[in-house]
Amino acid sequence: MIIKNLSVRFGGFTAVDDVTLEIPAGGIVGLVGESGSGKSTLARAVTGLVPYTGEIVGADPRRIQMVFQDPYASLDPRMTVGASVAEGLRVPRAARRAEVERLLSLVSLPASLAGRYPRELSGGQRQRVAVARALGARPDLLIADEITSALDVSVQGAVLNLIRSLREELRLSMLFISHNLAVVRYVSDTVAVMHRGALVETGPTEQLVASPTADYTRSLLAAVPRLRPTAP
Amino acid sequence: MRALRSPAPLAGLLLVTGFVALALLGPVLWGQSAARIDDAAILQGHSPSHPFGTDNLGRDLLARVLVATRLSLLLAALSTAISLIVGVPLGVLPSLLPPRGARAAAGVINALVAFPGLLLAMFTAIVAGLGARGAVLGMGLAGAPMLARLTQTLAASVANSDYVSAARVLGVSRRRIALRHVLPNIAEPLLLNVTLILGGSLLGLAGLSFLGLGVQPPDYDWGRLLLEGLNRVYVDPEAALGPAVAIGLAAAGFNLLGEGLAKAASRTASVVRDAAAGEALEQVASQGVLSVRGLSVAFPGGAVPVREVCLDVAPGEIVGIVGESGSGKSLTALAIAGLVPHPGRVTGGVSLCGQDLSALSPRELRRLRGTSLAMMFQDPMTTLNPAMRVGAQLAEVSTTHHGLSRKDALTRAVDRLRRVSIARPRERARQHPHAFSGGMRQRAVIAMGLMGTPRLVIADEPTTALDVTVQRQILCLLREVTDETGAATLFISHDIAVVGELCHRVVVMYAGRVVEELPVEDLVSGAAHPYTRALVASLPDMDTDRSLPLATIPGRQPSPTEDGPGCAFAARCDLATERCAAGRPPLVRYGPERRVACWEAP
Amino acid sequence: MFLLRRLARLAASLAVLLAASFSMIHLIPGDPVRAALGATAPAELVAARRAELGLDQPIHQQLLAYVKGVLTGDLGTSFQTREAVAGVIADRLPSTVELAVLASLIALLVAVPLGVWLAIRTHNGRNPGSELAFTTVTGTVAAIPEFLLAVGLVVVFATTLGWLPPAGKDGPASYVLPVLALTVGPIAILSRLIRVEALRELDMDYMRMARAKHLTGRRLYLRHLLPNTLTATLTVAGLLLASLIPGTVLVENVFAWPGLGQRMTESILQKDYPVAQAVVLVYGAVVLLVNFLVDVALGVLDPRSAIRGT
Repeated sequence: MIIKNLSVRFGGFTAVDDVTLEIPAGGIVGLVGESGSGKSTLARAVTGLVPYTGEIVGADPRRIQMVFQDPYASLDPRMTVGASVAEGLRVPRAARRAEVERLLSLVSLPASLAGRYPRELSGGQRQRVAVARALGARPDLLIADEITSALDVSVQGAVLNLIRSLREELRLSMLFISHNLAVVRYVSDTVAVMHRGALVETGPTEQLVASPTADYTRSLLAAVPRLRPTAP
Repeated sequence: MRALRSPAPLAGLLLVTGFVALALLGPVLWGQSAARIDDAAILQGHSPSHPFGTDNLGRDLLARVLVATRLSLLLAALSTAISLIVGVPLGVLPSLLPPRGARAAAGVINALVAFPGLLLAMFTAIVAGLGARGAVLGMGLAGAPMLARLTQTLAASVANSDYVSAARVLGVSRRRIALRHVLPNIAEPLLLNVTLILGGSLLGLAGLSFLGLGVQPPDYDWGRLLLEGLNRVYVDPEAALGPAVAIGLAAAGFNLLGEGLAKAASRTASVVRDAAAGEALEQVASQGVLSVRGLSVAFPGGAVPVREVCLDVAPGEIVGIVGESGSGKSLTALAIAGLVPHPGRVTGGVSLCGQDLSALSPRELRRLRGTSLAMMFQDPMTTLNPAMRVGAQLAEVSTTHHGLSRKDALTRAVDRLRRVSIARPRERARQHPHAFSGGMRQRAVIAMGLMGTPRLVIADEPTTALDVTVQRQILCLLREVTDETGAATLFISHDIAVVGELCHRVVVMYAGRVVEELPVEDLVSGAAHPYTRALVASLPDMDTDRSLPLATIPGRQPSPTEDGPGCAFAARCDLATERCAAGRPPLVRYGPERRVACWEAP
Repeated sequence: MFLLRRLARLAASLAVLLAASFSMIHLIPGDPVRAALGATAPAELVAARRAELGLDQPIHQQLLAYVKGVLTGDLGTSFQTREAVAGVIADRLPSTVELAVLASLIALLVAVPLGVWLAIRTHNGRNPGSELAFTTVTGTVAAIPEFLLAVGLVVVFATTLGWLPPAGKDGPASYVLPVLALTVGPIAILSRLIRVEALRELDMDYMRMARAKHLTGRRLYLRHLLPNTLTATLTVAGLLLASLIPGTVLVENVFAWPGLGQRMTESILQKDYPVAQAVVLVYGAVVLLVNFLVDVALGVLDPRSAIRGT
């Protein structure tokens, strides 16, 4: 799947400027950038939530799914977990229950959770439900927009592990967006760096982290706080 | 229905029920006496047989007021129904139509809301002719724009929510989104408002009738009776009293009920009784800038988010407090600064610069904290007062605590802004915070702390809202400031990596308690507490092995109300034994600058 | 840019208002002139009045003539008294404006300090007793409509005690009761809004920061809190002025105050359509103008709202 020359303008302001990005089948592309870099706008454009110019080749627009940052806001408080997950399903009514259970088990949640309301769940569980809901549409591409930044570290680890295992099991293509370079590095095969609406550098993860070419990538890498200081 | 336990909504409910019963029964019980013409008792004042007197045909006014309840309430209900039928669909339109249609619909609502309801009602009354029909239609249409605006606001907030975005991405149709997501989520607040609108319609219709523009004789509602009473108010005030009391009570009933319900719907937590005080504190002399002993923060209802925290910070030292949300780290900082929100209760000992804070008078306390303590908060967008120039916000520290003149204080403020590397400080000091970027605001906050000579800096997640590149600059600045002033710094963060980079010593908190304290060099490979080790292992950093899954901590942190006899982490711990569940491990010293609270720690 | 957009919006609203007041006389079912003059009026008189209103001409010419008339200050002639309507308005409007402005000023001066003071007193659930008393009292008072209060005031202070004149406009004493009747409700509503707004500001980080600076209470509240409630105050003050205008209609009727509202009621009851039409137009225009001025003032005083607006 390729995003070709995609731009998003709000009035006179260009939020995303002529971005071209390839997401290989079964691969995870990490998109990193600071606030205002346009990375979330790009995600919303690709999922059709904001109008854009340019084209998206090789993916059915209806089979691009998204998981949002805040699991407290992305589930309708008045719908049960089961109803939320079932909403995007394209299976016969009779098969729904089984499909919801399958999806919940895919994200390591017990089937008994289907009757609960989001307020009864922890943040990590809600984010799993959001992932299950997105998987229900059998997506060609899953966009994860800052899905761990509202979570505590101990929960973040579990969600990241889930993302990796889904890739292994389902061969899912993913656009993983985060401001946290360490997180992006951990889950992605390819990393794309965005700055002021444009892509400044794209490359295989290890290569980009080890020898960045763009100045901006270098300054970003230098700024990442490290637990094991190499040279302060 | 918890709302009905408090007196005001309960009174409202009783009043409304009473009036509805009166509307049903009134005409049956008193219809005849209200219509009985008595030539012998025309225009009488108060008497035992006619408590409110009689009208110009000798009819009993009390009976007429009681009978008029039905018409008054009925008309109010009809006009509310009209408001609902017109207003709600109009208000839902902007969130359903495509952008251009939505803008047009919003424009119509805006234009209509600008006109006062009573004028719209009068306009309709003129066109539709005098009488109840015109008045009801007028009040109904007059109420519609406000209801449309309310619906529009409610629907817009739902339509912008992530869960509606998620549904759109899933390909759910507009109609289905409106029915499944938007309507259920706005129904409750709308219904609550219907009670208030009913009260408003009742008053409006009474007002129109009172002006002679509403109900026409021989029919009568409360407003009409009041108008007839007013003509003779100088002779028999009680003739106006009956309808006036009825209108007032009915309107108050609807209002109290509506507001009570609305309040109950918006309230989430409830506050209960007082909590027990913390335990006795251990007295230890300390030469540090800050010394905290047995600090606890309790809230009514049994929540104790901070439990017996002890820590010391030496001059020039940066101590980091890490923990997940709910670990009590931020409240610990607020307690030291004397900023715990009401009704939280702080117990335990804090000594700042060698002075025991509990021994100081409020005035001395304010002076000590004002001159020797500098605070930084998480969101630099909101920590500066948007309505004041940045320079003035810095200067007021010195005019208040150091007795400087305004001019001198401002000069110092400019100098301090220069110190934190803000370009063109003189110009910047004259600007309002909205002209500053996030990083600059946080610099300005640091400059504010530097107006005096801070002995202690408390920074509560000061870089969490910033980008990494800006975060790095602020961290460098904080370290410089600490080195330069010799101040002690307490740095609170959820991000171990940031703490690991900046701090000299790390304090790990879990469920309100300190579980480990260690030098930063030991954090990665020398931590003793299983929680600290799990926290470090679960955090991906630039050197994490990508082929292995991250460590995870199953389960969840106990809430501030839970406090068992054992170790709070035992349920999530791999090393836990029976001993851990039975007794809480004390925080014990086990090496230079190291303390840990664990029975099983190696 | 901001001002231009606001001006454009004002012009559009005024045009809508003009169209509404023009169409009023055409929306009345049947023949409005016949209805006004009664069934017994001679046919020649009805025809003459119809011609006077231009009702015998095609509709677009009527509209043109109406707009031209409004712009040149010619609002027609009263059916009943044969006075020029513009003269009637010039005669009555000042009394109404006096009442409304006086009432708004007093309401603001009482409600803002009251609301802020109570917010400080009841912040974070302090003094739950005060909060309950305040919300109950203001809730009840706010539910009492102006005209009831007016009648009550007349009964107590004019009829029973005889301290103040019950009606008419004659000297300072005659202002007391009408102004009181108009201000009590708005004070209750305003002080509640201001309290909620001030509570919101008290929870903001900058107030926490200001407290962390350990400033004196006076400085904390006067310098930090009060200016930040200004936006809300101005907004509600605008709403207040606009909402006082219908209130004056009722109060003027109770106190026989020689203002526009009293005249409007008379004209509607007597089916004196030219007067009613003009009064609705004037009221509407005043409300729109007040809203416009408040918007502009907000834009000038609060840079944040101007940024939001553009």
